[in-house]
Amino acid sequence: ARTQVRTDPSETSCPGSPPSPPTVVSNLPYEDQRPRNQPNRRYAGNAVKTNKYTLWSFLPINLCEQFRRLANIYFVGIAALNFIPEVNAFQPQVALIPICVILTLTAIKDAWEDFRRYQSDRDACLSHPRSQHGFVERRWKDIQVGDFVQVLANDIIPADILLLHASDPNGVCHMETANLDGETNLKQRRVKSPFDPLSFNATVICEKPNNNLNHFKGFLEKDQIKIGFGIESLLLRGCTVRNTAAASGIVVYAGHDTKSMLNNNRPRYKRSRVESKMNKEVLCCVFLLFCMCLIGAVGHVIWLKTFSSVPIYFIPDSDGNETPSVVAGVYRFLTMIILLQVIIPISLYLSIELVKMGQVFFITQDIDLYDKEKDMRMQCRALNITEDLGQIQYVFSDKTGTLTENKMVFRRCTIMGTEYPHTENGESGKWVGQLWSHQDTTVGRDNILPCLPLRCGMHITVYHGATHLEFFLALAICNTVVVSTETAQRQRVRDPVQSTLYDIPTSSSSVVSEDEVQGTPCKGHTRRRQTWTASSLAGPKEVHYEAQSPDEAALVHAAKAYGFTLLERTPSHVSVRLPSGTTLTYEVLDVLTFDSVRSRMSIIVRHPHTKEIILYTKGADSGIMERLSQMKSESRVIANKTQKHLDMYANDGLRTLCFTRKVQEFNYYDWLVLRQGAMAAIDRKDELVRKTAADMETNLTLLGATGIEDRLQENVPETIQALREAGIQVCVLTGDKLETAVNIAYSCKLLDHKLVGKPVCKPVCVSQEVCKNMLSGTLAQLPLYDTQEAKVSVGLVIDGRTLGLLLDSDLQEGFVQLCTHCRAILCCRTTPLQKSRVVTLLRSKLGVMTLAIGDGANDVNMIQAADVGVGISGQEGMQAVMASDFAISRFKHLKKLLLVHGHWCYNRLANMIIYFFYKNVAYVNLLFWYQFFCGFSGTAMIDYWFMIFFNLFFTSAPPIMFGIMDREVSAAVLLQLPELYRRGQHEGGYRRSTFWIAIADAFYQSLVCFFVPYWTYKGSDIDIFTLGTPMNTASLFTIIFHLAIEIKSWTVVHWVIMVGSVVVYFVVTLAFCAMCVSCNPPSDPYWTMQEQMSDPMFYLVCILTTVVALLPRYTLHALRGTLVPSDHLRARQIDNMPPHHRDLWLQEWKKLKDLCASYPSLSSSTAQRYSTAQSPSLTLVQDPSPALAQSPSLTPVQDPSPSLVQSLNPKLAPNQGLNSAAL
Amino acid sequence: MKAGPSRTNRPDNTAFTQQRLPAWQPILSAGIVIPGFTLIGLAFIGVGVALFVTSQKITDLEVRGKRDTHAVLFFFQGPVFFYYGLTSYYQNFRTYGVSKDGYQLSGDTYYFNVRAWYSCAPYQYDSNNNPIVPCGSIANSMFSDTFQLYQVVNGMKKQVPLDGKGIAWWTDYNIKYSNPALVNGSFANAFSGTVKPVNWSKPVYELDPTDQANNGFLNQNFLVWMRQAALPKFQKLYGRIAEGDYAQGLPAGNYTLLINYSYPVISFGGTKKVVLSNVSWMGGKNQFLGIAYLVIGSLCIVMAMVMLIIYAKYKFTDDDEDM
Repeated sequence: ARTQVRTDPSETSCPGSPPSPPTVVSNLPYEDQRPRNQPNRRYAGNAVKTNKYTLWSFLPINLCEQFRRLANIYFVGIAALNFIPEVNAFQPQVALIPICVILTLTAIKDAWEDFRRYQSDRDACLSHPRSQHGFVERRWKDIQVGDFVQVLANDIIPADILLLHASDPNGVCHMETANLDGETNLKQRRVKSPFDPLSFNATVICEKPNNNLNHFKGFLEKDQIKIGFGIESLLLRGCTVRNTAAASGIVVYAGHDTKSMLNNNRPRYKRSRVESKMNKEVLCCVFLLFCMCLIGAVGHVIWLKTFSSVPIYFIPDSDGNETPSVVAGVYRFLTMIILLQVIIPISLYLSIELVKMGQVFFITQDIDLYDKEKDMRMQCRALNITEDLGQIQYVFSDKTGTLTENKMVFRRCTIMGTEYPHTENGESGKWVGQLWSHQDTTVGRDNILPCLPLRCGMHITVYHGATHLEFFLALAICNTVVVSTETAQRQRVRDPVQSTLYDIPTSSSSVVSEDEVQGTPCKGHTRRRQTWTASSLAGPKEVHYEAQSPDEAALVHAAKAYGFTLLERTPSHVSVRLPSGTTLTYEVLDVLTFDSVRSRMSIIVRHPHTKEIILYTKGADSGIMERLSQMKSESRVIANKTQKHLDMYANDGLRTLCFTRKVQEFNYYDWLVLRQGAMAAIDRKDELVRKTAADMETNLTLLGATGIEDRLQENVPETIQALREAGIQVCVLTGDKLETAVNIAYSCKLLDHKLVGKPVCKPVCVSQEVCKNMLSGTLAQLPLYDTQEAKVSVGLVIDGRTLGLLLDSDLQEGFVQLCTHCRAILCCRTTPLQKSRVVTLLRSKLGVMTLAIGDGANDVNMIQAADVGVGISGQEGMQAVMASDFAISRFKHLKKLLLVHGHWCYNRLANMIIYFFYKNVAYVNLLFWYQFFCGFSGTAMIDYWFMIFFNLFFTSAPPIMFGIMDREVSAAVLLQLPELYRRGQHEGGYRRSTFWIAIADAFYQSLVCFFVPYWTYKGSDIDIFTLGTPMNTASLFTIIFHLAIEIKSWTVVHWVIMVGSVVVYFVVTLAFCAMCVSCNPPSDPYWTMQEQMSDPMFYLVCILTTVVALLPRYTLHALRGTLVPSDHLRARQIDNMPPHHRDLWLQEWKKLKDLCASYPSLSSSTAQRYSTAQSPSLTLVQDPSPALAQSPSLTPVQDPSPSLVQSLNPKLAPNQGLNSAAL
Repeated sequence: MKAGPSRTNRPDNTAFTQQRLPAWQPILSAGIVIPGFTLIGLAFIGVGVALFVTSQKITDLEVRGKRDTHAVLFFFQGPVFFYYGLTSYYQNFRTYGVSKDGYQLSGDTYYFNVRAWYSCAPYQYDSNNNPIVPCGSIANSMFSDTFQLYQVVNGMKKQVPLDGKGIAWWTDYNIKYSNPALVNGSFANAFSGTVKPVNWSKPVYELDPTDQANNGFLNQNFLVWMRQAALPKFQKLYGRIAEGDYAQGLPAGNYTLLINYSYPVISFGGTKKVVLSNVSWMGGKNQFLGIAYLVIGSLCIVMAMVMLIIYAKYKFTDDDEDM
């Protein structure tokens, strides 16, 4: 019955508020005491409650939350006004309906979401750890900080537990963090200092709870001795124990303090640009409403003044007095607000949410964005910025894993100044033969690496000495790759369909048997971690590598290919089998883990035979070369040669790593004391740890270097090309070397060869002063290139150190200016922080819409800094995805995501919002015009129920459908013509002018809808609601047909909803008019619709009204379609053509664009300019008829360069031929 | 999502989810709208002509506010409708419009004195706190002039019968309004305890003592009045001339209109009038609609021609439609 143990009594006196840092002691001694004596009582319990409401508190809390929204207060205020008899416009009870509907709908939504959270909490807390060896079973929620908990294999860890004991003799516990960060590789955790729970009497001091999954620090204090520990000893809540029979430890964080809960953020709320712009338009509507109400109030006062005595129809108030006219004016002002409230489109917000839900649905449903290999769809993690995808101007991309596969392939290595290629190809048999036969030709750069395995191990010693051995040993040892041989617990069941589709990669998976190692040495490094299989048939000899980074996996596999098989790694030792077959087991003294500041990692081992303490270091050349021992000239020569090779690798686009070795002679133990002190520190721990590591990594001896290839993902150049045509500036920010990055940039067409000979600016400078001069010099040069050819033809390549200087405040302006002039920007050797600073800087200074895309933890900052963050779920875990707004699996998906979905979403939403504003104004103005004929008294000639229905049923579905499904240009054409995207960047879909045109149109249409019936029935015996009926109907038709003009493509859904809305209108209106005899006193619409529909005049009025109301818009569209057709219109025309014509036209379009692009006079603006009738050159090209093309009337008049057109003409000839052939 | 062993995340490849539903993509341009404009123009001109001609056939005669009027009429095709009209009379004034009690008017005596509709105030109770039936301002301000029309035949006045029945909406008469049940066989007793509206000269149960079917709340002149006019200048049907000698219309001749003038219009600066009119399928005389149709129709034709010119000039942009 023990989950606990005893403790130091002195700790019991620890009272009061939670100290910082948190101190945890064992709970065991206090088991029988009352809760308030528990030392750990002030920490959060393990019960997790993410739901906000209980059954009882739901109503009050939810209402409170809802009333925090301004819109709801507005609604309630309006409804409350209705209860003032002097002011009310409608029956008060009925006026409450809209607000009640909205509150109820929102409450239902909130309740449902909360219920989901409640369910997931309950599910999580129901499971409990099993009991064994004196541990009792407890429910999750009963676990407290200070408890000892034991978890067994495949258990889910209930809280953050400091690992104190593991069943593994080496004190290692493996866990899978897939629930937490989506990474499926096993994480190793180890016992820092083993304790038996029953005799645990130490105090645990750790940092405050935080959400960093990869960082934790604290120490155990026992008898004045501090033992530091980090994340490597912490079992995280929500992870699963694997490959370890049992592990136990003390709970340090529970419940909401656990790292997993602190990471458990809700979907982020970002405000999209369109929405914030829309809010200004809402303010315009408020202003409009105010003006209209003011007109009403003033009009009423003036109207009252016209009477010399009290008219018979004028009602005095209840005590018989007349209200003073000014007071009456104030009352009418309020009445008008109630009457015209709909002009402020509160329901627009709800509609936008619905539209975005629909848009997200369609984006995630896109099969082109589905990744078969990972069985992953596109994910939308932020639900409300879909339309921002249509306005992107800058894309910031990571390189590794984003542009490239991040599947590392060992390509070349240089050992002691000799360079060896390592070719991997399909003909492995031949390759092996070559390998064996070429062992003697060892001179020059084209050496084949001599065969090292088993049978020729002696040759190595003879020809190359021990350095080669050391190099491969370093390859095998100096990493954090974990070997796992136990497979049963690790087995993954895979989808059969998927595995057949993905057979090829798996065949070269990490499961490499002994025989394979000898026979086909090179297999195994292209494996993908996500698809590991562990066959249950596998024998004990099978090794299985789990690497944190693909580079390390590639290196270990490469080492294995040459016979240096990493057999086992535990915290205390590492075993390697040498080609000779002997197994060396090194004692591991310490691992200096990788960090991006040092950009290297080291391992300190003790040689089993010589007992030497050896330090193996690997890292980027920048982090290594300066730390080499400079004593011998021989080693300097080697270093120079190696550097030359490294440059060559980088030029080939390979990723390079240097390997060094050092034998530590004497002062190791002095250093160890410092190191342990650093590890136990809480303050400045990172800094101290880094410093001690750097102290150790000096006087290194270079062994060699490796070149690892990282293949480009498919279609990356095409995607970048398309994005660029779409007017998007692509910047690549990478941590890689300059040469590697430039090489990749060329191969992915970021820098293209048109720029060769052009200045690819490479400001590499050391001081700010130099940097400043260089910047101003470069800026001064820029105009030269501008005038010579098309404006943006300069590529900017910049390295991290320079970037750091440029990001300083006084150089920022210049840097931004430089960026705007460059067609391509490539930043190398950047840190994560610099990446995000570049994004933030350009975003804020230029006010552009930015998108950041990346796959790794180092891109998280950048992804969060950008307007839109896109994560690639690649080889490096899920951290980028977790931080992103949208998650895709390949870089090429970005093209369709932006050019098609972004474009669509933006246009749809913009059109929908504009339409929504229009609709409300058009409808409400009917009521406003009527005020001029009822003494501004606030009478509505349309029954209030009909007004509610009008917004709720009759005209709500079409705009939502319009916002989700309208399609101006098809996906195929959008992908073919990326420049169509430019309209969204310049907010072409949603301009202030568009808004005001829509409002003006709404005013016109409402005037027509009011005055045509008015003049028809003027002077007749028509009653109020009978006059309102044709107005209402004509208004409905106008609003529906207005949308019909705007809809660009009609699918069956469009027809159903549009026709359905009209049908619903007539059915509901007729039914209501027939049923409601006096259900809504004093208004009586009873039988008015029937009365009107039996009168032919009604139809004549409605037809005339609708036609007159829509005539201007229709005509305008027709004229615009003919006189000034936009690119989009032309694209739509192309869309409507039969496929083979379409291709021809698309080709012509592109050809023309290229031509124009090479002439600044034509390319200075977007395609808009040359596609209009003013530009004769395009007119020619676009015209398929040869007769017209040859027509002399089209000779340019205003074109400044006649030669241009002449040069165009010969090019046209073949096109004409094609066209006539097509005809 | 499909369940089963081969469950994948793969989205359904349907035309709907992939947004590939077959779609009709109309492109508005000059060439396309020409037939539309032409058709609409021709149709509108046709309708306009028909409306205009019909409207021209309708005769109406307005007689403005004099006490007794003599007029020489030409032949009126029957049936002839007799209207009274008011100007600057805001029956649509909001507080006026709500000043009635629908439950009371549907004959529910519970609403006579127990529970009066608050919006009837201040015409809810008289100074002695007796409930007013029918309450409210609309009823109180009921038009009270009466008219008699005589044809002068050989110096003799011959009354033209003004039929005051069938002038209200059928639904008002039959469904919406009804009288309270008789109490002790007496209609007047049903209204006991209530008083007549302030401005009325007689209680509601004596509106038409000659015809019980036209009395009380079902008096058709009352019903017509209670249906509030939409606009401040309106006319209301007073009676139809469709009986006896006048069933075919009013023959040409001399007529005298006797007006029992009691309704004040000076207070609101309005005027009264009497209108005699015959009607067609399109209701009373209305020039506007016919003219509007003609104008819009012509405009459409003009637009069609403009479009044609534009089309001819910029033909090339539409050529792809022909392909």
